[in-house]
Amino acid sequence: MPLQGNIRDFSTTQLLNLVNLSKRTGLLTIFEGVPTNELDAMKQPKMAPGAERARMAFHQGRLVYASLANQDSSLVAMLNKAGKLNTEQARQLRERMGNLGDKGLAMRLIGAKYVTQADILTAVKQHILDVTYNVAALREGPFRFDDNVAPSSEAILVPIELEPVIIQIGRDIKEVTELDKVITSMDISLQFPRDAKQKFKGVHLTVDEWKIVPYVDPKNSLRQIMKVVNMSELQLKRIVFSMHQAGLVEIVNNTKVSSSAVPTRRTTTQQKKPAAPEKRVVLSLIEKLKSM
Amino acid sequence: MQTVKMVVTGPFSSGKTEFIKSISEIQVVSTEKNISKDTAESQQKENTTVAMDFGRITVDDELTLFLFGTPGQRRFDFMWEILAEGMLGFIVMVDSAKPETFREAKAILETFRAYAPTPYVVAANKQDHPDAWKPEDLRIALRLEPEVKLLPCIAKERDSVRHVLLELLYTILEEMES
Repeated sequence: MPLQGNIRDFSTTQLLNLVNLSKRTGLLTIFEGVPTNELDAMKQPKMAPGAERARMAFHQGRLVYASLANQDSSLVAMLNKAGKLNTEQARQLRERMGNLGDKGLAMRLIGAKYVTQADILTAVKQHILDVTYNVAALREGPFRFDDNVAPSSEAILVPIELEPVIIQIGRDIKEVTELDKVITSMDISLQFPRDAKQKFKGVHLTVDEWKIVPYVDPKNSLRQIMKVVNMSELQLKRIVFSMHQAGLVEIVNNTKVSSSAVPTRRTTTQQKKPAAPEKRVVLSLIEKLKSM
Repeated sequence: MQTVKMVVTGPFSSGKTEFIKSISEIQVVSTEKNISKDTAESQQKENTTVAMDFGRITVDDELTLFLFGTPGQRRFDFMWEILAEGMLGFIVMVDSAKPETFREAKAILETFRAYAPTPYVVAANKQDHPDAWKPEDLRIALRLEPEVKLLPCIAKERDSVRHVLLELLYTILEEMES
């Protein structure tokens, strides 16, 4: 049976740790949560799996593949993102490749000396890591781990050790906590400050920051911007955060997200040392139970 | 006459009452109450333990083992410390098919360890459920040290319960001899 649960209860980091320690091979799928009008054993709304959000594949405890449902995970998109193909080249390739899968395309691109094998492996690896860090930022959603299930045969698999990934996620979580204090929801939108001209004067924006600028409008939520600019939630939050800190954008329609209820942990300071039982008593109990 | 006590603890609906019922020689003295309708718990089961469950295994005229089951709901956790006093060891029941309770199970385990440094085992209950997590996955999920016994369990089966109790006794014996 597949391993099932909700990342609200068992986080992505814990799942990756489980896969790493048990040297698992299989496919992890994370879904949108659909409320069921029922409560689970911890009185949280019970969620049924809805649309697929992300999938990650593993081979003997190593991450080999990852994709997001709302993001183009084709090789063309990965190479475009890595700067190995420009947008026009990517468009032309998409038109011409027909039914050619990623592996077939990779062979042709290497053969035509468009890119090297190392370029492809680097782009795919970076994409897998971007998706993984994005998935790690999710706080809710049903998941399923199917043992010994592989992604499509055309997917290019690049083995990545999980331990450094888990460590990085740990660092990101700290960062996300800081980001979330400012960007409290993906439903917020952005606007320019009144003295925008003055503030932008002499400022050199990065390529990614420029990608955001056209969508700075109170009508566009961050969720919508994320889809249009094809970025992960964490990437977008980082950019918005830095622009906000520099006073280049203001946050509007700020909605407060309720913090999830974490069970409180009781602690006691004093331990009561019980009287040590006699060995004879324990042996008698063992004999009794064996005879039952 | 000497009496010894073991405590069966774990989150709500993890199978503590069932565990004691399967092995106790007397009708379990349960302090169960009907769960009021339209609550989260009522969707899981009809009754819940509000103070404790009590079972008994008589060894001979001189020795009796009492089994105490703790209430699983946090609002009754004032009973836990009282029940933990003087226990020989304890069993943490985990519903293997409800990952949402794993964090709570771990917190309960830590609480009981803080009450008394007595031996314990963890029972991965409901292993017959189709959605049950395997014990080896549960070990990672609960972050249990390799030396902690994590035992597959089906609380409604007497042999399975007997096995868990025996393993706890072996653990107690090992600690006495070490």
